[in-house]
Amino acid sequence: MRLSTLLWYGLMLVPLAFLLIFFFYPLTSIFTFSLFDDGRFDLSGFITLATRPLYIETLLRTIWQATLSTIFTIGLALPASYVFTRYQFIGKSLLLSLSTLPFVLPTVVVATAFTALIGPRGLVNEWLMAIFSLEDAPIDLQGTLTIILIVHVFYNYAIALRMITSYWANQSTNIESAAQVLGASGWRLWWSIRLPMLRPAILAASILVFIFTFTSFGVVLILGDLSFITLEVQIFYQARSIFNLPLAAALSLVQIGSMLLMMVLYTWLQRRIATSNLQSSRQTARPPQTSREKIFLAVNLVVMIILLFTPLLALVARSLFQDGAFTLSYYSGLSTLDDGSVLAISPFDATLNSFRVALTATGFALVLGLMTAYLIGGRNRPRWISQVIDPLFMLPLATSAVTLGFGFTIALDEPPLDLRASWWIIPIAHTLVAIPFVVRSVLPAIRAIPHNIQEASSVLGASPLRQWWLIELPLISRGLIVGATFAFTISMGEFGASLFVVRGDSATMPLVIYRLLGEPGLNNYGQALAMSSLLMLVCAVSFIAIERIRSAGIGEF
Amino acid sequence: MRLRTLILVFLFVLSTSISTIAQDDGVTITLVTHDSFNMSEEVIEAFQEETGITLDILRAGDAGQVVNQSVLSAGNPLGDVLFGVDNTFLSRALNAEIFIPYESPLLENVSEEFILDEDFNVTPIDYGDVCLNYDVAYFEDNDIPVPESLADLTDEVYSGLLVVENPATSSPGLAFLLATVAEFGEASDDNEYSYLDYWSDLVANDTLIAEDWSTAYFGNFTQGSEDGTYPLVVSYASSPPFTYNEELDMATTESIVAAGTCFRQIEFAGILDGTEHEAEAQQVIDWMLSLEFQEAVPDQMFVFPVHVDAELPELFATYAQIPDEPATLDYATIEENRDQWIQDWLETVLD
Repeated sequence: MRLSTLLWYGLMLVPLAFLLIFFFYPLTSIFTFSLFDDGRFDLSGFITLATRPLYIETLLRTIWQATLSTIFTIGLALPASYVFTRYQFIGKSLLLSLSTLPFVLPTVVVATAFTALIGPRGLVNEWLMAIFSLEDAPIDLQGTLTIILIVHVFYNYAIALRMITSYWANQSTNIESAAQVLGASGWRLWWSIRLPMLRPAILAASILVFIFTFTSFGVVLILGDLSFITLEVQIFYQARSIFNLPLAAALSLVQIGSMLLMMVLYTWLQRRIATSNLQSSRQTARPPQTSREKIFLAVNLVVMIILLFTPLLALVARSLFQDGAFTLSYYSGLSTLDDGSVLAISPFDATLNSFRVALTATGFALVLGLMTAYLIGGRNRPRWISQVIDPLFMLPLATSAVTLGFGFTIALDEPPLDLRASWWIIPIAHTLVAIPFVVRSVLPAIRAIPHNIQEASSVLGASPLRQWWLIELPLISRGLIVGATFAFTISMGEFGASLFVVRGDSATMPLVIYRLLGEPGLNNYGQALAMSSLLMLVCAVSFIAIERIRSAGIGEF
Repeated sequence: MRLRTLILVFLFVLSTSISTIAQDDGVTITLVTHDSFNMSEEVIEAFQEETGITLDILRAGDAGQVVNQSVLSAGNPLGDVLFGVDNTFLSRALNAEIFIPYESPLLENVSEEFILDEDFNVTPIDYGDVCLNYDVAYFEDNDIPVPESLADLTDEVYSGLLVVENPATSSPGLAFLLATVAEFGEASDDNEYSYLDYWSDLVANDTLIAEDWSTAYFGNFTQGSEDGTYPLVVSYASSPPFTYNEELDMATTESIVAAGTCFRQIEFAGILDGTEHEAEAQQVIDWMLSLEFQEAVPDQMFVFPVHVDAELPELFATYAQIPDEPATLDYATIEENRDQWIQDWLETVLD
């Protein structure tokens, strides 16, 4: 074997080592700790699971809810992806970037936004009551499955939209044109041509949305009533509130097991490798022409804007108005947060802290995720690699944050890996969750790279590295940018925010929001909303910057 | 190519993230605590100057999480001193034997009622009462009498007015559940009207169960935000001062402090077993019982000091009431039954 080949395999092992040390080691530690009592296996958790219908029902309801959420999310995002792929219109790339904003907001803030919008005393109800002179609020979604589904679509819409769009943009329109010439149109075109062509991206997005809504935590807790609790919430109750570790471990294993089944199903559906029909997106996008096209475009944009941006605007509005009058006092109040107490932190420092964590996590996730994607999807890999390795890297998504947190506490407690109170633990945890996003975003593109390009370039004398840098990287850049955006967003957002040990001066933006919401008083509430609006602003600017880097740096293929 | 710039930026960020740790000659004591811990810079600096001890504050989530963390890392603790275990979680910590006993001489300034552990594994530092808060204007405008007992809340007059927190996820929620257990008793064959019967009636009376305190107070309480529709909320006796309105020259909310309606949470500090600086850790405990620290407690953490001579800030003294007869439950009884109570509660309200 040549040295370069050895080096190549060595590099591929890096993400596996990362996963082994920071995921499987903590996870097995906490499971061993929970399930073995003086060397004897403690079955009590499993017995409770099997004998109490409550838990089976929780599992079934969780599956049902996640399935519905996934169907609605994909169903709404798919036509929008078409619009974003095929039509050129003003503000397109901005809109696409901003669609990821919901992802960054802490659930408690999103719940506030939706309450401000469609709650019993929310804007919509107030208008409806004023217009139709009604006594009671006509819309009451508190604690219903509907509101959970709406918020799940709100959160996950961007996953589907961005993953499908980035894949679609590089697909050739030749087949579709041919089909049209042959007389296919409308539904036929969707069913026989577009859906099969997009299958890798749709499946990749679906599996992420499903896992995300399957393990939904805050949304279900805050907006649903108790009958909608997911397995994730049950794990939290048992581990954190009741400290029944055997039962929590049993529930975690069931959750991870269900996830693995989903992944097996996914791999099976995905088994046919994507066809390679790559071409530049400049050729596929054009301005809408017929009035039908214009209406289709408009309807999709309106749905998207109402769904994604009105709640965000309601939030910003709440942070800018006090008793109906415009005020900046909540924002100026933020700068006086530093009231001489030891843990006070200025919003500027919190923003910097958030950036440091998010950029580190994004860097890790991009490098490791890309390596993983090549490990899984590179040419001439035995099939078992993708079947075994791929699900492994998805597991962190299906592992409840509280389980992982406990695992870190137990496992990473000895030098050289005493990371319990280390700054690094947070970006590492975020990286674990972000890697699947990078992998899912990049993998379809990697698989679609035509073999002949590579052969041609090596015939022409390009070294493998040069070939990768000049040809493959531009081809997968779209996916990479989407992956980077999600990695960054996950890290800026709330994931595990209150779970890991934090030194006073390293508090991030979500932590400051939590701290403000933890104290009574209208000012604290207003400042929490102001901080949330700032979090959105910071992320919006970052998304646009990430997009810029791509379009400036990496040429279209 | 601009991508190289991007890669360079990442490398730069990574390198700046590897921050250098400042080395100090004196002893550093690490204080493990929850997110709500706070103390003024002034008080901390005075302590550090006086003793030469450097304080490093680690925050490990909410109160329950801090205890869990410490139990999981028993013997190899994250720090030297733990602050923030309360009487609802005390037994979990004591059973795991995570503390080294210390009887501070300053405990002479603390009333007996706060000293729960006679072996002095933990030292009481502050207390707060979880009480019902109400929207003063709402009750006046609608001419509804303010409820005077927990039993009143099942009255039709209060239908759809009360929001409480889920005891499985929220500390005040758990405290309120414990108050109802203390008031109505556990479910048993002899008990005709147990706390579970009471909760069935509460839910039947359209009581809203919110996930946590923030959601209940800011999302649902009429005086918490513009969106709320519930004028009664389970909160703290120390919350009303925050609703002080300058124009009205009064707080827009008040606490109900009638006998048996509030539940007292006492917060403790303890020295973690495994520390290498036991003597300095004891100094930290003494400092927490000092008058300087104790008098700063209300403004920093919105709870009451245990020191008998500590003076309260003005707003606190005026608007934060202290119930004379809060509901009480023995902490060992709480530990023994808490999980079962929560589990039974969950099944009752789900019905």
